[in-house]
Amino acid sequence: MTVRSYREALHDALRTELRRDESVFLLGEEIGRFEGSYKITAGLLDEFGPKRVRDTPIAEEGFTGAAVGAAMLGLRPVVEIMTINFSLLALDQIVNHAAKVYGMFGGQARVPMVIRTPGGGGQQLGATHSQNVELYYAFVPGMKVVAPSDPADAKALLLAAIRDDDPVLVLENLALYNTRGEVPDHDEPAPIGTARITRTGTDITLVAYSRMAAVALQVAERLAETDGIDAEVVDLRSLRPLDRDTVVASVRKTNCAVVLEDDWLTYGIGAEVAATISDGAFDWLDAPVRRVAMAEVPLPYAKPLETAALPSADDAIAAVRQTLDAVARRR
Amino acid sequence: MGDKPSTRPRSGTGRTRRASKRDDEVALQGPTPDPEFVQLLSPDGERVDHPDYSVDFTDEEYRGLYRDLVIVRRLDLESTALQRQGHLAIWASLEGQEAAQIGSGRALRKQDMAFPTYREHGVLWCRGVDPTAPHGLFRGADHGDWDPSEHNFNLYTLVIGAQTLHAVGYAMGIGYDGKVGTDDGEAVIAYFGDGASSQGDVHEACVFAGVYHAPVVLFCQNNQYAISEPVERQTRTPIYQRAAGYGFPGVRVDGNDVLACYAVTRHALDAARHGQGPTLVEAYTYRMGPHTTTDDPTRYRNGSEVETWKQRDPIARVRTFLEKQKIADDAFFAAVDADADRITGRLREYVIDMPDPTPEMLFEHVYAEGSPLQDAERAWFRDYQASFAGEGH
Ligand SMILES: Cc1ncc(C[n+]2csc(CCOP(=O)(O)OP(=O)(O)O)c2C)c(N)n1
Repeated sequence: MTVRSYREALHDALRTELRRDESVFLLGEEIGRFEGSYKITAGLLDEFGPKRVRDTPIAEEGFTGAAVGAAMLGLRPVVEIMTINFSLLALDQIVNHAAKVYGMFGGQARVPMVIRTPGGGGQQLGATHSQNVELYYAFVPGMKVVAPSDPADAKALLLAAIRDDDPVLVLENLALYNTRGEVPDHDEPAPIGTARITRTGTDITLVAYSRMAAVALQVAERLAETDGIDAEVVDLRSLRPLDRDTVVASVRKTNCAVVLEDDWLTYGIGAEVAATISDGAFDWLDAPVRRVAMAEVPLPYAKPLETAALPSADDAIAAVRQTLDAVARRR
Repeated sequence: MGDKPSTRPRSGTGRTRRASKRDDEVALQGPTPDPEFVQLLSPDGERVDHPDYSVDFTDEEYRGLYRDLVIVRRLDLESTALQRQGHLAIWASLEGQEAAQIGSGRALRKQDMAFPTYREHGVLWCRGVDPTAPHGLFRGADHGDWDPSEHNFNLYTLVIGAQTLHAVGYAMGIGYDGKVGTDDGEAVIAYFGDGASSQGDVHEACVFAGVYHAPVVLFCQNNQYAISEPVERQTRTPIYQRAAGYGFPGVRVDGNDVLACYAVTRHALDAARHGQGPTLVEAYTYRMGPHTTTDDPTRYRNGSEVETWKQRDPIARVRTFLEKQKIADDAFFAAVDADADRITGRLREYVIDMPDPTPEMLFEHVYAEGSPLQDAERAWFRDYQASFAGEGH
């Protein structure tokens, strides 16, 4: 084990795969000489050269579509999109092509490509640069979407994504890049499609992914200290495929749940999780599933407004207390 | 300022001497020679003749251009300083691009509409918007504080290239309203960068401008970089030559020459307002500073390149010209500096005193008529805030 930042863990995974497999190459805006807007590709141009690490023109649809084509020929392109917001310019290439070539061509061509891209607000980047639109991709059959919340998973899931034969979107997070944690020294990928219990508990289940999964752990620790509440945390890690069994099993044990998400509430990932719980654990539930999400507004620039709009640990703690109050009234 | 509509220039202005790169790597490199472009004022401050373009400014108008150039640079330097001192979250500097912005900005007639990126503070100045207006955006307080229809200057757009489509749509609307074809006709200018020229949006904007013969000038400030990527990463052809493919003229202009930028843009706008369709203008210039205050350009370009461009400074050449031609004296230059001091002083005070917005503003401007969801959220939020009252939050 070595302590690495989330950023370094992603970098390590890219470097490992570039060394391991000649068919892996990186492309995107500013990833070479500039080393990426968030420096995930630091040093890789120098080490692997411009054939393997390509700075592209400023054209998201262009380089994403080119990656689809390259992947169809058996290469393993790893695309960096500066932030998930700009993936919207490439929506057609991702949704209509990356995710559908395999089916539309009757299984004749695979698209083993990866799109790495960070989501997340809180950096004062404004409404068009701070969104959490992973749902758009998690919605689409044919796509896989993973969303690591700590450095170990960042490395293991990116390794898995690059080795996968389907298109995988790896959701990174701006607020997580500097977080640190222990990362195994081996290069074992994590299985895509399995959630992880990051804290076991008996009183309530917190379900989250990406940044909010890290927040959920803090919330659980605080609740243990202040309220003596023993929360279990389920980190989804994979949004598609979604590991419904792990979520359901946890709620059957704790009998109540709060979902934490950084996206908007209406039609958000949390709605799918709540429906999953309703389907699989209805008879075990002692209170309605609550969701903590972002205010349903375009995220403002102003720091106080941005802070008010984003879901926080305090919001989550309030939701847990309300849920447990409802449980107590019930029992 | 020379308000006569002029005849249509011929398209293009010659072949580039710039060598294109054959390999994949765009290496750090020294400055390239001057390409061919329309120039009316040399870096030494000499007037140059051009067969298609000229200006007929009065002395006072020449002095006015100088004043504009100095003031927008000083405002820009002050803004960078304010960011460094923690009063702005970020700043996108226009340093080096003053002539492209003042030349094109002053070429606009009152009825013309401009669609900026996030860097057109000089054009904003020309449009009569209060120069403090964009700073709320860069401080992170509001979204920029001006009425686009009062000033015919749209708000800043941060998603690269998108505003070129809006500009073309707006120009098509002018045609729809029948406001093309006379001296009073309206025209639109769309600003974008060399990096943006790669975006599908910009390509489609050009397609629509051409097909609908829209009264629009597509004005590319080729400042040589898109963040760290040199223009060679975007194109092997000079950008203005792309116009031929869309079926309208393209012109390259010395973007550090305010007179040429004025003349070329005025020509193009007048052609547009008279129903002669779009023009692509490439203003060949240089971003002297970083992309924004968050980046360090020494990582991706060398000092000698920056030095070369310093020799082509857009302001120094105008000053030399004014001095040589005895159009302005020391008293004038001192008065401009004093004006600039006053205006930047006002900016500084304004930015430092800018209040934070109240959290409830969060729920404004989501729908034109408001919505029950936002009303409910606002009410919930009030209660939630109130629940912390007395807890020291
Ligand atoms: C669609 C989109 N992709 C990427 C970005 C990130 N980005 C911001 S500015 C910029 C470079 C733009 O360069 P250019 O068009 O040359 O304009 P300049 O900033 O040099 O004025 C990039 C890539 C963005 N804002 N929007």
